[in-house]
Order: sequence, then structure tokens, then C-alpha cells
Amino acid sequence: MNRIDKQFAELREKGEKALVGFVLAGDPSFDRSLELLAAMCDAGLDVLELGVPFSDPTADGPVIQRGGLRALKSGSSLAGAIRMIGALRKKTDVPVVLFSYYNPIFAYGLEAFFRDAPAAGADGMLVVDLPPEEAAEMNEYLPDGNDFALIRLVAPTTPPERMHAIVKNASGFIYLISKAGVTGGGGLDPEGIRKQAATLRAASGLPLCVGFGVSTPDDAAMLAPFVDGVVIGSTFENIIEEYRDSPDLAERLAGQVRSFKAAMRETAAMNSHKTGRMGG
Amino acid sequence: MEHNNMHIETPAGAPRQGPVPDRYGHFGPYGGRYVAETLMSALLELEEAYVRISKEPSFQRELHDLLVDYVGRPTPLFFARRLTEHLGGAQIYLKREDLAHTGAHKINNTMGQGLLARRMGKKKLIAETGAGQHGVATATAAALFGMECRVFMGVEDIDRQAPNVHRMELLGAEVIPVASGAGTLKDAMNEAMRYWVSAVTDTHYVIGSVAGPHPYPMMVRDFQTIIGEEVKEQARANPGRQPDVLVACVGGGSNALGLFYPFLDDPVELVGVEAAGESIMSGRHAATLGVGTTGVLHGSKSYVLQESNGQIREAHSISAGLDYPGVGPEHAMLKDSGRARYASIDDGEALEAFHLLSRLEGIIPALESAHAVAWCVKEAPALPPETIIVVNLSGRGDKDLDIIARRAAAEEGTVK
Repeated sequence: MNRIDKQFAELREKGEKALVGFVLAGDPSFDRSLELLAAMCDAGLDVLELGVPFSDPTADGPVIQRGGLRALKSGSSLAGAIRMIGALRKKTDVPVVLFSYYNPIFAYGLEAFFRDAPAAGADGMLVVDLPPEEAAEMNEYLPDGNDFALIRLVAPTTPPERMHAIVKNASGFIYLISKAGVTGGGGLDPEGIRKQAATLRAASGLPLCVGFGVSTPDDAAMLAPFVDGVVIGSTFENIIEEYRDSPDLAERLAGQVRSFKAAMRETAAMNSHKTGRMGG
Repeated sequence: MEHNNMHIETPAGAPRQGPVPDRYGHFGPYGGRYVAETLMSALLELEEAYVRISKEPSFQRELHDLLVDYVGRPTPLFFARRLTEHLGGAQIYLKREDLAHTGAHKINNTMGQGLLARRMGKKKLIAETGAGQHGVATATAAALFGMECRVFMGVEDIDRQAPNVHRMELLGAEVIPVASGAGTLKDAMNEAMRYWVSAVTDTHYVIGSVAGPHPYPMMVRDFQTIIGEEVKEQARANPGRQPDVLVACVGGGSNALGLFYPFLDDPVELVGVEAAGESIMSGRHAATLGVGTTGVLHGSKSYVLQESNGQIREAHSISAGLDYPGVGPEHAMLKDSGRARYASIDDGEALEAFHLLSRLEGIIPALESAHAVAWCVKEAPALPPETIIVVNLSGRGDKDLDIIARRAAAEEGTVK
């Protein structure tokens, strides 16, 4: 069993929801980034989404755009992100998913990417601007078997019949975009998310994680009952931006990881008390 | 076109033949829809609406009437006698898109997309703009159709194309400055796409070039094809036969494709002219087809200017409308097949042609179009006098007077 499947199985066992953390590789520098990621994993992050910086991040709001710029300035790239996973694997077994726009992967070379990324210890990928219609070229190079997950996105604007088609070839987990908009806080519609989560549950047995616009432990706790995990990105990138010169940056990020986990555990406990069962 | 077929993945290695683009928006290996899932349903809806509505006789009639009565079409095909004599070679004809309402070919497309958006029930238009011509044309359509309008424009371009910013504001549009990146067309397009994701239900995004995700490259081409169709018709009367060479500047490539498209199956040489900026060697240029490589930018696969690690580079040109590191996917296909060839003209050559055309013909061209004129200045003298060249004079130069004045002042400064 690969690390992602194993992680979600264990969390389900414990009646917990996954905290998926998005951080840009190389923000603010390679060494610092490695230290921050390790600290977040140690603090209880369940899945790491390692962002590959891109010059034209059209799906991202200002916070992640600025993080990407810092990472690019430090010389980060897809190759750097893959090297970082290799270095991180010496410290942790937390599943790592590469989150990228398509062009850096295309430029790296698909064959080389699917050789190097799994070899470094990446467990899957999510390509934000590669809908299934354009994925054939890449899928030819996908490794056989279940060891490298292809995570697919579903949006609030995705109609149900399209949802079924999207999740058909997905693996790892399904990423539910919480709002029609770019990454960053605000604009959450819990009722819409609950409905879409229910439709997705019927369409796929894969774990379901919600992201884009989830920014506080309260947001995470509110959404956790509908899903298997919550993705937090801009909140972590905000902390990196604000405290990048501060010696306690790693501890601040670790503290934030613990607050998210605690808030989600609390609702899980309340829910299990109410419904008489664990999880949901 | 089928849209309800939910086998949405292209079969791997499937041959791509037949009319372009195919149902996925592919032009050979280029094109497609490389966007976040949030935009997919809007693009599918737009494609479906475009294919259906653009065939309706009432739509075609309404668009035709607007192009005649409002835009002022057909635009003339003018024999540039003094320029021809000055160069002493091939005969040069100018397709006068600069005489279209708002001063550039961009209005052909915004009339089409504006009407389409209205029939789709959209209340707002957004657009990106570089030189400001597409922004003005979109603001104009919005005013005419009673719609709200927001135009995203890089801060660098706002500075160098100030007259067009004022025009957009007079037309009732809100100009949104974009400071990210180099503050030029690429960044404006990034921001417009970001905004559209959040406003997709009531807002239509009017892309101004044959770039972006499917169906834009096809749709914008179709709306601009009137340029080439008119040339074909007009050339029958004067000069009395079809041209030998068609020349147009290429940023994203909409005026070029509008001119070329009706001639693709004819024995005519097609030349696209990119901006060589300071020079190709300097790296500060916008010669995407000349020296770019295959990549994905703004929703489609095409040639792009990029680093080896897939980061998109900044383009450079004195002309804001050509200052773009991507190019329409159909041009990429035409380049590979050899059906069209792509040359480049640097800032200095474009400026010379700008002045030359102004003095010899009394026509002040847009700096974009001056690149196509400059190609003639370079190549026409060596061509036989019976050769007929049609240059797409895609826009007028009023918007560029500031740049010209600044450049002249700077040069004067250097001399002193």
C-alpha cells in the first residue's frame, strides 16, 4: 500500500481527518524550506502538498503568488522540489504530493519526471491546469500500479456528470475546490461544499479533501465533517511571508499545524458523540 | 461537436486529422484547454454557445450590420504608391484596419464576442489589454451593448499607452492596473483569468487574440477572418488579381490569422512578423515563433519564450501589443507545416518604418503594424515589381505618440 492510502486508512481508523498542508518548495530558500517542511511534518501534518513555483500562477491568489516569487528568486524549480522530497524522505514518512502547473513538468520531460519524482519519494501529483481532456499525453508515462497517485480536482462549477468522468481515473484522493475563485481566504459556502461532497462520495470511494479558501482552524473544523481532509495553503504561506526572517518561523508553522489538527479533532469527537460512530 | 459525451479524455496517441481545431481545440499538437477545473464548464458552455449561436442567421445579420454601420467596414485596400516607388520593388497594398472604428482590427472580434455574450445572458465583459486597442474595443462593445466592463492592463502598459487608458475610462470601463511580473500583457492576462474564475456566472471574458484556451483561438480567428475575406474580394477589382504575399505583425497573432485564414489553400506566401525588440541576441525580444519552444501558457499549448525549467520569460518590444511571450496555437501549427513563415523586426526598424509611412503616405501606423511595414521596407526592394504584397495595417498610431516623443527626447539626450 502506498503512503497516501496508508495514511488515510490509519486516520479513518483513528476517526481523524487529514490535515493537508500546501507550501511552496524553496520558499524562502532551499535549506530553510526543508527545515520548515520537516517541522510541519513532525508537528502532525498528515499529507504534504509541495508546491512547484511557476512564473504565471493563474489559479493562485496574491499570497501564494508572492510565495512563488520568493521561491523562484531563491532558484527553486521542479528539479529543486524533487531534490527537496529526496532530502525530506530522510527525515519523515509523511506522504508528499507534488502540486504544479503543467508547464514546469512538460519542460522537465514527462518520462524524466515519472522516473525522478517517485524515485525521490514523491507519492503523487496534482496538476492544477491539466484537466482530463489534456491528460492523455501525460498518462502515457504514468507508472503502472498504485504507487504514484494522480490526484484530480473537482470545482464548484463541475456538473455532476463531469464529476463522474473526472474521478474515474483518479487515485490517492479527490481534491474538491471549495469556491469559484483563486487560492486564498474568504468566500466559503459550507452548504454548497456539503452537497458537492455528498455527490462525490456517491461517485468515488477515494478520500475527499477540500481546499482553496479554507484559512482558519474554525473553517477547517466546520468543513471536516463533510470530508476526509482539509487543505491549507495560504495560511501557511502568510506565516512564511510575515516571519521569514524570524528564528521561530519553524515553530510558528508547527504551532499552526497543531491548532488545525486540534480544531479538527474536536469536531470529530463532537460528531462521533452525536452520531455514535467515529468518522463520517 | 459533442459535449455530453463524458469520455472526456483524449485517447492516447489518437491521430489528429480533419478540420482544425478538433473537438478538443487542438491544432495538431498545439492548442487545447489547459485551465483549472473551475473554468472548464465555462469554456465548454462558451464553445457550445459559440458553435450554436454563430450559425444563427439572426446573429450573423446583426453582426454584419454592426460591422458595416458601426465599425465602418469594409476597410479600404489602398495602394501605397509613394512607398512602393520609394522602395523600388514589389507593389505594396495596405489593408486599412486602422480606419475601423476605435482605430484597430480588435473591434471585429469584440463586436462578435459582445453580441455572443449578450445572447448568452452575460451582463459583464472583462478583457486583458497590452497596447490598449483591445481594451478600447471591448469597452466600446460594452458601451454599445449596455454592459459593465473591466479591463486588466499592466502598469508598464498603462504608462506607455496612456491615451488608450483615458479612452477606456471615457467609454465607462474600469481599468484595473496589474503590477505583477513586468506589468505587461502576459500579467494582464493572468489577472483577467484569475478574476474570471470568481465571476464566471455573469461575466464573459473577451480574449483579444487567437490565444488562450479553446474555443478562443478558433472563435477570435473566425471573427477576424473578415479581414482576409475583404482583401480577397477587393483585390479582384484592384489590383485585379490576388496578392502574392500577405504580411502582418504577430503578437498573439489575431490580425495575421484574420488576414491569412481565407488564403490558406491559395498560392499565396504568408509572412508573420514578430518583434525582435532590442535584438534577438540580447534576449530582450518577443520572437516567440522565431526562437521559442513548445510549452503551455494561458490555457493553450504553443510556442512560448521560456527558461529550460519551464518558467515563462518576459518579452520585450517597443510595441505593447507585440510584447507577449506566447503566440496563438494555430500560428505554431502553420510554422511547423511551413505554410506560413515568421520573420522578426527590431525596435529601431519598426520606428523607421513608422516615420517612413507617416511621411510618404500620410498614414501614422500603430507601432505593432509598423513591424509589418518594416518587413516590406527590408524585403520589397529585392522583389520584382509585378509582385503584389498586402500588408495588414492593423491599427493607427495615435496611441504611440508618447513613446515616439520619449524615444526622440532620449536620443537627443544621447547626442548631447
